[in-house]
This record gives sequence, structure tokens and C-alpha cells, in this order.
Amino acid sequence: MLKADIQLPLGALDLDAALEAAPGEVVALLGPNGAGKTTFLRAVAGLVRVDRANVVLDGVVLEDTATGVRVPTERRPIGIVFQQQLLFPHLSVLENVAFGLRARHRPDARAAGMAWLERVGLGAYADARPAALSGGEAQRVALARALAIDPRLLLLDEPLSALDATTRVEVRRELRRHLASFNGARLLVTHDPLEAAALADRLVILEGGRVVQSGPVDEVTRRPRTRFVADLVGVNLLRGRADGGVVALEGGQQLTALDAGHGDVFAVIHPRSVAIHRTHPEGTPRNVWPGTVRSVDLLGERARVAIGGSLPIVAEVSASAVRDLDLRERAEVWVSVKAAEVGVYPA
Amino acid sequence: MTSEPIPRPFAVLAAFAAALFLLPLLGLLVRFPWTEAVGALTSPEILTAAGLSLVTSISATALSIVLGVPLAMVYARARFRGLRVVRALTTLPMVLPPVVGGVALLVAFGRRGIVGQFLDSAFGIRIPFTTAAAVLAATFVAMPFLVLTVEAGLRSMDRRYEEAARSLGAGRWMVFRRVTLPLVAPSLYAGAVLCWARALGEFGATITFAGNVPGSTQTLPLAVYLALETRPEAAIALSLVLLLLSLVVLVALRDRYLPTS
Repeated sequence: MLKADIQLPLGALDLDAALEAAPGEVVALLGPNGAGKTTFLRAVAGLVRVDRANVVLDGVVLEDTATGVRVPTERRPIGIVFQQQLLFPHLSVLENVAFGLRARHRPDARAAGMAWLERVGLGAYADARPAALSGGEAQRVALARALAIDPRLLLLDEPLSALDATTRVEVRRELRRHLASFNGARLLVTHDPLEAAALADRLVILEGGRVVQSGPVDEVTRRPRTRFVADLVGVNLLRGRADGGVVALEGGQQLTALDAGHGDVFAVIHPRSVAIHRTHPEGTPRNVWPGTVRSVDLLGERARVAIGGSLPIVAEVSASAVRDLDLRERAEVWVSVKAAEVGVYPA
Repeated sequence: MTSEPIPRPFAVLAAFAAALFLLPLLGLLVRFPWTEAVGALTSPEILTAAGLSLVTSISATALSIVLGVPLAMVYARARFRGLRVVRALTTLPMVLPPVVGGVALLVAFGRRGIVGQFLDSAFGIRIPFTTAAAVLAATFVAMPFLVLTVEAGLRSMDRRYEEAARSLGAGRWMVFRRVTLPLVAPSLYAGAVLCWARALGEFGATITFAGNVPGSTQTLPLAVYLALETRPEAAIALSLVLLLLSLVVLVALRDRYLPTS
């Protein structure tokens, strides 16, 4: 269990944020560049000086400015996967993984490092230099290196952003698998809502150094509380299996999309692409289904309308449309989405 | 590769400049005493001076590494009042006339120097006119080359590697030994070679502070100077040998000082 409450000056603004992460939970710290996400992560690891901080991990106080406690980075049971991996270029891949074990004077550092390297499927690269690895492979080595020290908390700083688009999908899938096998708390920093949704159980949204919203992924997605959060994460994210132009969703429904490809996918539908009708719509939309209005949230001139039913979805319409269609809770409506508006990403 | 047109006055002056360097080198080759060279270079006094030069220059380089790397670390990373002044003063020997350095060393570590008289009365240690003095003189003029090179290396290294090492549980010493030092190794190597070359060529501070005692302070440059009056052919032969050595140093550091394109 991680509890972190941190305050420090950050350029023109102050970072003042607190969050908790339970064992086995993946928490994503999501926000735009410059929001203070990475600084928060570095403060948890003890890599930056803070004005005020209270960091407790599994009941052990790592930092408390009130009592003057400050455990140095090297003695915090925290593994970090850095944005650019930061594998030591002068050491072999195996020595990179064994580095933390050597720091602990473990006599079996080499053997244990090798076991970790094989767990991420890179035993054959033990003697290679990190420069010989692809971006995805380097990411796996970085993860093995961080996990080899048996940390109680794993921090991941934009773990996929340095990878190209095709590698990212593959590494993200693998990361999910390895993260699932780790039983400590995990804190992921990212600016990519898709990455956050794919890897995290809970989102903490950081904006201008402050936490503006937090909660389970689907809750934050469904009911973003600020304009910013709505833009950042307020998309409809659906998991399914693509087969050509059709995505079979986990709930049993089907979505028609353009070039969906094949295999496990995320189908992303922006709320503004969801049209609401009182009667079955005529014309070209390929995806049409009935539903019931669950909630209507006005955000200035726009409204987010949550619609339940066989395929729950969130629509964003103008405030005048809400009046014209008389949208209120429990209203029966038809929903339509054009095939071209269904974004499909490999999961 | 096509050449850009160079204005004629520039070309002429450039040719004079190049000649200024090339003619003396040519002179050494033309006047090289081919027949007597082996005898002149293997005479006992020259061999003694060469051995002494090797010992003092390597000792000075070792001393510069042991003291200079920590100094470079302080310059690259510490922040305190007066740091810039101290840094400027320790860089001074690079531009100071070496003989001034010798005089300064003498008033500090000489028998009646501010530190020297204490060393003498308390421990019976007298530095001037010993091999230790020759090493100290060479270190004085040569260490700044190492310090500045290593400092530049430390400043340009990616410090996030050190953070990664700390996050893996490495203490300060392990971070330095297994991450920082290997990452600045190219700078340390270049700095050490530069430092050694400067120490090997040291003349002014050595003759002032350490004197010209055959076998204990008479290094190769001093022997060359002395031989010029009595046996010029030996001086010429030695000069060419030292020149070739310098060439080797330049080639060894080609990545740093010679453009490769």
C-alpha cells in the first residue's frame, strides 16, 4: 500500500498532490505534459527535494518532512522503469539486470539476473550490450532490472512513449502480463489515455500540479468532471475482437468499423461522434442500437449523456440538442455511430 | 570534395603560418644525425634522463588522476561561494609561464617556504631538488588539463543513469565506481593522455623548483637543453624522438582534436 502526499515548487506552479495505491493495484497518473506527473513520481522515489512530503509504503515511512524522516533513494524498496529505459550502456544486458542484486551483495546475483532475463524471454542476449537491443527488448530488460530487486512498489515513467507505434502495441501487451504477475503496488505515469486505460485499474488525473479527478477507469471515462478530463479521457473505450470490418465486443454486440484488422482490439468512439435520436434513424449510420438515458451532465454549452442498455455509451451533444430531444433520465433513445467514427487500436 | 575559393592575401598568410610550423620540423629531419643518432640516444646520461622522465611524467599523471578526478567532480557538481575563484586559480597554470609556477612552488614548498619550513622542522622532509619536486612541478602544470577534460565529461554525462543506479540500491561509492566513472572514461582517458604529454614536456617549473640534478631531477627536456651546448646532435636526435611521441599522442586523441570529416 502506497500513500504519497507531495508538495514542491514546479516552475511557475506548485505541485501539490496526493494519491494512494493498494497492493496489486495499477494506478495511472495521467495528465498533459508539464502537469507534474514525472516530478511526482521522482519525489516518491526520493530523487527530488520536496517542500513537504509524506510518503508511506506498506506502513514504512519513507519520507515525512514533519518528522524529518528521509530514506535515501537507494534504500527505498522501489523499482523504477524509466522513460528512456536508461540501461547502462557500458554493461552487458545481464549485468544491467544483476546490478541491483550486486548492490545488495547477493552472491547469486548473476544466476538470479539470468533467471529474470529468461522470464522476459531475453536469455539469449545476456552478453550483448544494451545498444544491440530493439526498443521493445530494452523495455523488457528495464522491467526485469527493476523487478529483480523484489521491490514493494513499481514506478513506470511513460514506459511506452519512447517506442514506435508498432512496437508499442506488442510491448504494452507484454507489460500488462508482467505487471499482472507483480504483487506490489504499481504507479504508472503517462500522458496517453489509451495506455492508461489499457494498463491501469484506477486513474488519477493531474492538471497544473493538482489532482482534478481520480477513480476507477470506467468511472472517470464515463463521468469526467472537468472539460480537461473530458477531452483527455472522456472517450468510449470498448474491448473486442476484430475480424475485418467487424468488431465483436466483449458484451456480445458487434460494431462495424473501417479497416479493423484482426485480433484483440480497443474500439474507441469519441462522445462527439455518438448521435442520439428519439426514433430509429434513417440513412447510412452502420451502428444503430437502442438505449436508455442514465444521466445528463451539462458542461457549459455541451452536455455529456450517458446511455445504458445492451451497449452502454457516452455521447456529447449540444445543450440545445438536450432541450430539443427532451433528454432526461430514463428517456428511451436510439444511438448511432458511423463506421468511420469507430477508431480501432490493437490491444 | 571541392574547395571554397580563399582570397589571395589569406592564402599567402596561411602559407606563412603553416611554414612557421613545418620548417622547424623539416629542420629536425634534415639535420637528424642519422649516423650518430643511436650512440647519442643510448648514452648513459640520456638513458638516465629518459628513465627519470618516464617516472616523473607517469607519477604526475597518477597523482593528477587521484587528486584531479575528485576536483573535477567538485567543479562539475558542487555549488558554494568562491568556487568560481578557486576554479579559476587552479586553471591558472595552463596559461602561467611555467617558470613563475616554479618560483611559486619554491616559496611554498622550498626549505624556507610557507609550507616547506614546517615540513622540514616537523618531519625533516625537504622537497626541492628531489625527484618528488620534479613530480610536483609536472603535476602543477599538467593537472589542469586533466581536471578541465574530466569536468567537461562530467557535465555532459546523462545523470539519469546515476539516478537509475540509485533506484536499484547502489550507494554513492558504487554509483561512482560502476556508473559515473565508466561513463566519463573517454574523458578521463583523453585528460590523462593530455596531462601525461604536458608533464613529459615540463621544463620551466622543473628547472626552477627541482633544479637540474642528473639522475634525480634532470628530465629529458632539461637534458635536451643542456646537450644543445655540448652535443647538439644528441639534442636534435632527442628532439625528434619527443616530436614523434607528441605525434603519437595527437593520433591517440584524434577523435577529440582532429576533425574526421
